[in-house]
Amino acid sequence: MSEIFVDKDGLKKSIERLMEHCRVVGPVFRGQYHEFAQLKEVGELDLTYRNTRLSPKDLFHPHSDRMFTYTLAKDDPEAGILKEAPQDYSPRVVLGIRPCDARAFQLDDTNFVTEEFKDPWWVKRRESTTLVGLACNEPCGTCFCTTVGTGPFDEAGLDVLLVDVGDGYMARPVTEKGHRLLAEAGLTSPAPAEVKKKAEDLQKSAEQGMGKLFSVDAIAGQNSLELFNASFWDEVQFACINCGTCTFLCPTCWCFDIQDEVCGDKGDRLRLWDSCMFPLFTHHGSGHNPRSQKLQRVRQRFMHKLKYYQDKYHQGVACVGCGRCVQHCPVNIDIRQVAQLMSASCIC
Amino acid sequence: MENPYLPYPVRIESVVTETEDRNLKTFKLVFLNPEDEARFNYNPGQFAELSVAGLGEIPIGIASSPTEKGFLKFTVNKVGKVSSHLHNMCAGEIMGVRGPMGNWYPWELLEGKNVVIIGGGFAFTTLRSSIVYMLDPANRPRFGDISVVYGARSPGLLLYKDELAAWERRDDIQMHITVDGTDDPAWKYNIGFVPTVTKQKAPSSENAYAIICGPPIMIKFTLPVLTELGFPTDRIISSLEMRMKCGIGICGRCNIGTEYVCKDGPVFSLQKLAQLPNEY
Repeated sequence: MSEIFVDKDGLKKSIERLMEHCRVVGPVFRGQYHEFAQLKEVGELDLTYRNTRLSPKDLFHPHSDRMFTYTLAKDDPEAGILKEAPQDYSPRVVLGIRPCDARAFQLDDTNFVTEEFKDPWWVKRRESTTLVGLACNEPCGTCFCTTVGTGPFDEAGLDVLLVDVGDGYMARPVTEKGHRLLAEAGLTSPAPAEVKKKAEDLQKSAEQGMGKLFSVDAIAGQNSLELFNASFWDEVQFACINCGTCTFLCPTCWCFDIQDEVCGDKGDRLRLWDSCMFPLFTHHGSGHNPRSQKLQRVRQRFMHKLKYYQDKYHQGVACVGCGRCVQHCPVNIDIRQVAQLMSASCIC
Repeated sequence: MENPYLPYPVRIESVVTETEDRNLKTFKLVFLNPEDEARFNYNPGQFAELSVAGLGEIPIGIASSPTEKGFLKFTVNKVGKVSSHLHNMCAGEIMGVRGPMGNWYPWELLEGKNVVIIGGGFAFTTLRSSIVYMLDPANRPRFGDISVVYGARSPGLLLYKDELAAWERRDDIQMHITVDGTDDPAWKYNIGFVPTVTKQKAPSSENAYAIICGPPIMIKFTLPVLTELGFPTDRIISSLEMRMKCGIGICGRCNIGTEYVCKDGPVFSLQKLAQLPNEY
């Protein structure tokens, strides 16, 4: 591991250098919130942000994505035959992503890339992207990443980790891709010992303040059917208005719908984010709906994240503790409290 | 990279109206590219996504058997946007098929066993595939006795009437066709609900598996009969339906607990279902 030090002006110059031959995406302030967007100029990048309102899942799994195109023109021999829509898979660097959000992509990989089926859009976007993370020196009050197996300085989902050490950044390459990127960006000065010490102290103080709010393993140890039938769901779901904000903001909510859209005789097959909060999500053509009740939908969201995902893949929960759903739920439903209910040994 | 969302283009070769209410039609589809047909290797019990450009996709059980070469058959109930449009399509038109998807009836376990097939209403499509598959001369010796209880509300609502009549005439399959009721004096088969007829005919559970598909109410009342006949839950096999989009376990909507019906199912034993939340 060879940490690099770069001062703040030096980082800007390196980014400009990268922008000459690849797409650089980073947190920018647009309207009222920060969001990830492709940089037009380096000045737009704001690495003093805390986190984006929306998770960056859109970078790999766009809110709406054109899968296929087709013509319906009667005289065209290709009418009704779907063709893959062109996409931009040129090299891309995502700068300043938070470790939790990067870790979320790994959890999502489990869903999009399986032995039998590989989601081609997900795979190609993942392959063409290098993730440069920004450690969280000051986690928010709603953050609980350390409880769910990641952390404010977690490198697991990253190619490079940046730590803001005040007058500059310590950059730690994590993967081969990360090493290459630092070389391309011309970042070569080894970090002095005091910079490494500073980064270590920052990590300690960030992690210390967070604690452990519930036990993921305790939920894994519960009987799934008993949890499913637990009486606390009635209380948990009571205030929910099924608005879908939680699933919209969540970096590990990947569910999508597939829809056709036609204008004249040109058509697209699109995929669009969907949500288990909506009754239509599971509504059969016959009218039958296995999750017609709000309680069933609320339960599905928490059971999927905290129980089913664990039981199916044995690699922890499908939650990275980013706290977006906690911050923005209009009726203050708190996944940390629900997880505590689910992990409690007595389900009554 | 192979794109599992891209349908194979197919041509509709024929459309047959199966039932007197005209709600069920069977579409015989032929692949435009022979190499696509070669890649579409399926087993009875699997399903596919039927794709109509401009409308969308629907998950439908494969009604043809892999022993029938050169085409696929799907029997489609008219319920929604895509299926209603499909019902107005004609021979010669182009559409798409994506699959095969999901698991299948446990053919390895069924080998050397007696097979009891119980179907109701229009849930007879993958059961037709299974019967045709087992009756194929190359496969028939692999299975013991085959008995079938198949019921519909009235004679006009039975699927595949010509084939049913042909199977009735064979001595290597025991057919018990029934209707809930009829005033047709020419009706020469059973009258009665599927659970009742199953009880009357009492297919033996010895060395046997039961495959049951039908409306929930039929399944609910037939299961106790099967239990009474001595079928343990791991030898009662059923196939489930769910709203689906991707069909490959990615889009997230068709789960029952940890299992995606599209990929881990649609075929489950009753024993497996008992371990899952009752949410289907």
